[in-house]
Amino acid sequence: MESKSILETIQMVAEENLDIRTITMGISLFDCIDSDGKRARQKIYDKITTSARDLVTVADQIQSEYGIPIVNKRIAVTPIAMVAAASADHDYVAYAKTLDQAAAAIGIDLIGGFSALVQKGCQSGDDKLIASIPEALASTKRVCSSVNVGSTRAGINLDAVGRMGHIIKELAATDPVNCMSLVVFANAVDDNPFMAGAFHGVGEADRVINVGISGPGVVKRALEAVRGQTIDVVSEQIKKTAFKVTRMGQFVGTIAAERLGVPFGIVDLSLAPTPNEGDSVAEILEEIGLESVGAPGTTAALALLNDAVKKGGVMACEHVGGLSGAFIPVSEDAEMIRAVSTGRLNIEKLEAMTAVCSVGLDMIAVPGTTTAATISGLIADEAAIGMINNKTTAVRVIPAVGKDVGDSVEFGGLFGRAPVMAINPSQPTTFIQRGGHIPAPIHSFKN
Amino acid sequence: MKAIITVVGQDQVGIVATVANELAELNINIIDISQTLMAQNFTMMLAGEWDDHALNFATAQTALTALATKTGLTIHIQRQAVFDAIQKL
Repeated sequence: MESKSILETIQMVAEENLDIRTITMGISLFDCIDSDGKRARQKIYDKITTSARDLVTVADQIQSEYGIPIVNKRIAVTPIAMVAAASADHDYVAYAKTLDQAAAAIGIDLIGGFSALVQKGCQSGDDKLIASIPEALASTKRVCSSVNVGSTRAGINLDAVGRMGHIIKELAATDPVNCMSLVVFANAVDDNPFMAGAFHGVGEADRVINVGISGPGVVKRALEAVRGQTIDVVSEQIKKTAFKVTRMGQFVGTIAAERLGVPFGIVDLSLAPTPNEGDSVAEILEEIGLESVGAPGTTAALALLNDAVKKGGVMACEHVGGLSGAFIPVSEDAEMIRAVSTGRLNIEKLEAMTAVCSVGLDMIAVPGTTTAATISGLIADEAAIGMINNKTTAVRVIPAVGKDVGDSVEFGGLFGRAPVMAINPSQPTTFIQRGGHIPAPIHSFKN
Repeated sequence: MKAIITVVGQDQVGIVATVANELAELNINIIDISQTLMAQNFTMMLAGEWDDHALNFATAQTALTALATKTGLTIHIQRQAVFDAIQKL
């Protein structure tokens, strides 16, 4: 092994914030279904605490032996709306509390799967779950929730879209910070290890280890070396870097799966920023040549970045999955926060960027007076982008109660700070109130 | 087990000897070593190998952390496999 290669690897970790962002164990809860809710919850608690008993220990071991930070250890479970539907319970808050207790018992910070998939319609379990979200998230610390309201194959459930606007408002009324645990999806994926949208898909194995890697700092640094060269060189450089970063994810995931005795699922080769300096996706876009993220050209630069990351990463690991691409959350990216605060980036530009990025409108604060219909409008627009373009999109929006443009919401730690963004004041109320179902687009009829 | 040990710190007499001594005591065999001065900073990279049954990783790590505290150097030890994974196709 050449010392140059060793130094490069050490530098990637030490100076450029390369890390394994998350090791997520997916656990199926189908074998915990019971007509007696109490018994079902006991089975859920037992299965989670037994399956993931060693998750934190193993992750810590790998971190210390290989010197690679593993930031989050998490659990994703079968969407609770399906698991709880067999019980006679009227609301599912107790299920959320069980998940929270199980997560606390094994020492993990987040557990995802308080979820419902309602792209085509709601069954009774879905209705109860959605109604339980505000209380469930307000009364637990670690539980994350997601609702899939649309897909390319099924169209968009406008009733659910309308409802989620109210749920988000209700959730924000207790504490706007709670909203960061809820994401509304279109085309949600089954093997996504990133919260708040992680859940264990119904087609997955009983248990599985998925890994999410991240290294915006590494990509940014690599691009500094090719300043002034053509965009082909930029793309090539991103590919090479993504390859190395992804190899690490594959490596760590394989070891973790082996030590836990659980099959290894996928590497989600995403670039996920943190509010730390030098760990920003927006800085990569600026390194490509934008004065500020948000400038005309941002969408093109992001499209190039996203595609090159996938091309580089795909060859580096056995199975790629999840959301794989670049995340553009506002609050979690120091440079994005700066662009929003200085008025260089607005919601409309962000929405355009979501057509080519990994997810969608993520960690965005809007004025507390924003109506439920406006929030539903945002969700409908994002779901439409996902539906028509055959990609995953999501909305994680925070109505900042009592605050307006110029203020900001603090989340703390890796979740950062979201400046309140201006939102178009004209209302989509009549559209949203129509309810019903937006039909699937014509290209869903592929066989 | 093979591991890469990196040592960084203010240059002073005897760093190589101190680290090599500690490794000898742990019964870690040095299979490669390189060192240089970058500005006034001493940097050294060692590849070491040892018998898994005789010494576990955590013990080696604890010993080197203690040495780092005593000497004021920054010492990292990482299993070699990670470098191979990232750098070799």
